[in-house]
Amino acid sequence: MTNSIEIKNLDLSFGAVKVLQDLNLNIGTGEFLVLLGSSGCGKSTLLNCIAGLLEVTDGQIFIKGKNVTWAEPSERGIGMVFQSYALYPQMTVKGNLSFGLKNARVPKAEIEKRVARAAEILQIEALLDRKPGALSGGQRQRVAIGRALVRDVDVFLFDEPLSNLDAKLRVDLRVELKRLHNQLQNTMVYVTHDQVEAMTLADRIAVMKGGKIMQLGTPDEIYNQPRNLYVADFIGSPSMNFLEGNLEGGAFMVDDMTLPMTGYDFAAPQTADRPAIIGIRPEHVVTGELVRNAPLQFEADVDLVEPMGSDTLVYAKLGQHSFRIRMDGQARVHAGEALAIGIDPARASLFDKATEDRL
Amino acid sequence: MANSDTMAAPAALAAGPRGPKPKRRMTRGNIMVYGTLFIFALYYALPLYVMVVTSLKGMPEIRMGNIFAPPMEVTFEPWVKAWSQACTGINCDGLSRGFWNSVRILIPSLILSVAVASVNGYALSMWKFKGSEVFFGILMIGAFIPYQVMLYPIVILLREAGLYGSLTGLVLVHVAFGMPINTLLFRNYFASIPEELFKAARVDGAGFWAIFFKIMLPMSLPIFVVSLIIQVTGIWNDFLFGASFTGPDLYPMTVQLNNIVNSVQGVKEYNVNMAATLLTGLVPLTIYFVSGKLFVRGIAAGAVKG
Repeated sequence: MTNSIEIKNLDLSFGAVKVLQDLNLNIGTGEFLVLLGSSGCGKSTLLNCIAGLLEVTDGQIFIKGKNVTWAEPSERGIGMVFQSYALYPQMTVKGNLSFGLKNARVPKAEIEKRVARAAEILQIEALLDRKPGALSGGQRQRVAIGRALVRDVDVFLFDEPLSNLDAKLRVDLRVELKRLHNQLQNTMVYVTHDQVEAMTLADRIAVMKGGKIMQLGTPDEIYNQPRNLYVADFIGSPSMNFLEGNLEGGAFMVDDMTLPMTGYDFAAPQTADRPAIIGIRPEHVVTGELVRNAPLQFEADVDLVEPMGSDTLVYAKLGQHSFRIRMDGQARVHAGEALAIGIDPARASLFDKATEDRL
Repeated sequence: MANSDTMAAPAALAAGPRGPKPKRRMTRGNIMVYGTLFIFALYYALPLYVMVVTSLKGMPEIRMGNIFAPPMEVTFEPWVKAWSQACTGINCDGLSRGFWNSVRILIPSLILSVAVASVNGYALSMWKFKGSEVFFGILMIGAFIPYQVMLYPIVILLREAGLYGSLTGLVLVHVAFGMPINTLLFRNYFASIPEELFKAARVDGAGFWAIFFKIMLPMSLPIFVVSLIIQVTGIWNDFLFGASFTGPDLYPMTVQLNNIVNSVQGVKEYNVNMAATLLTGLVPLTIYFVSGKLFVRGIAAGAVKG
């Protein structure tokens, strides 16, 4: 896979504030890359740098092998979709779609053709003569996507495109976006703070924090092998259970419990004992019949039960530690009961307490 | 209170009275409010009334001394005289000369100042450059310096440029003095337009002028109306600059009005003076009536962000 976008040693500062620091990122052709992070992590800033809407302080950006670090946004071969849709209110849908093409002096017949094609793909043919004010949120965002589509570019940039939509519509459009990507095979860079969007859409996810990429990997890697404590905590809902203890001779010791880490895939051979943190996802804790087959078995005291329909979230005490367990939606558990649970160390994550990196 | 009652006893509510809440028009509070409003409206409208009726009376009627009485015999003679015959200094062609002077001052000043201020405001809000805030700060200082301080320097400036006593010079002065407040207006208005719209236009390949003319202008009618009203009233009502930087032949309407009203020869023709004053005030008044609604909308649009 060749690289569609290459970012080399990118720095961006606003005065004394460093927003992006020495950032390197290669995005493959046809890849769907999601920039994920909480607000202020620099993900939108990075996208704006790729788009050319922000001037970088240092470093270089290549799109399709061409150095575009100082190129105008319109010269970079990108289309962009914004959170607030950013449709031109005084123009019709058709006017919105063709504005960029008119600026690029594309011949009229060609404009008609491309607008018609985009409208067909996005099913907005019936709306072409309406003004944005007369459209619903979902329709507006479709038009905004169409505006990127007609440009006939290889790279699409999305800046939280679904955040302004209501929950149901968001899911629908998410599926449509994925379908669109399968159909067009463009390179897509997608900024979001929503981990569900990231997990469902991405070929690869870049989890960002403080202007740096914490981990770059497939959704599977990010979920199963978080490279550090931040990623582990950020991904997953409800989030991971963390227990602080010590790693001694290949076993994790917490209070009076010992968890032999048999089957755990250590990132590097472990030599020294050290303070560590173990992370266990609530959905990786087994209950009921399955406990018998689990490598590690414990008894937890149920503290609180949240039935959510599709599953049941149990807040329990494991020793002195609070512990979240995700059970089947039909599970009948009550506060005050003792609950047998099973844990598989192979599915857990171990982190060095000092560096917070994965062990 | 009412809420908790309805929550507690829905049955009692169902049995209770129905239909819209009955209105009581003549409460003590209403009488106080409307009474006060009426008195102040009267207080404000009375001088205007006196002016209108006086301007429609002949001199014999005015000499009777009852300024509040409506005219017994309506005459438009004073209006005609004020417009075309009243004497100011050596010229005896009435206010018409001043009117046309004012128009010749107003139109170019208006177009230039609104055009430049809108581009200024657009650049300062959307295309921020290094030092743009400082630049804007310096421009704003201009809004707080009293005009009198700058009169003499401007006289010298215009003299050196060879524009002293000409309409061009006065127009330039009006454009310069309208700049701070109008730039501020436009800057704040454009700042309230979502930044993403601007970004989208840039991705679409629109440049500085294309974004201004095709995206921003069609969205900013209200603020243009605000700026127009401020400039029309400001420039039309200006007396100081008109009197300072032009000569008798080029005096704007306000200066001429003053000369008519303050002339000391002969009888004081109150009816002509009143008609002349009303004529002078007609232009800003018309602007207010025509664009009042848009004016309020524009002011509000600039103030509320997001």
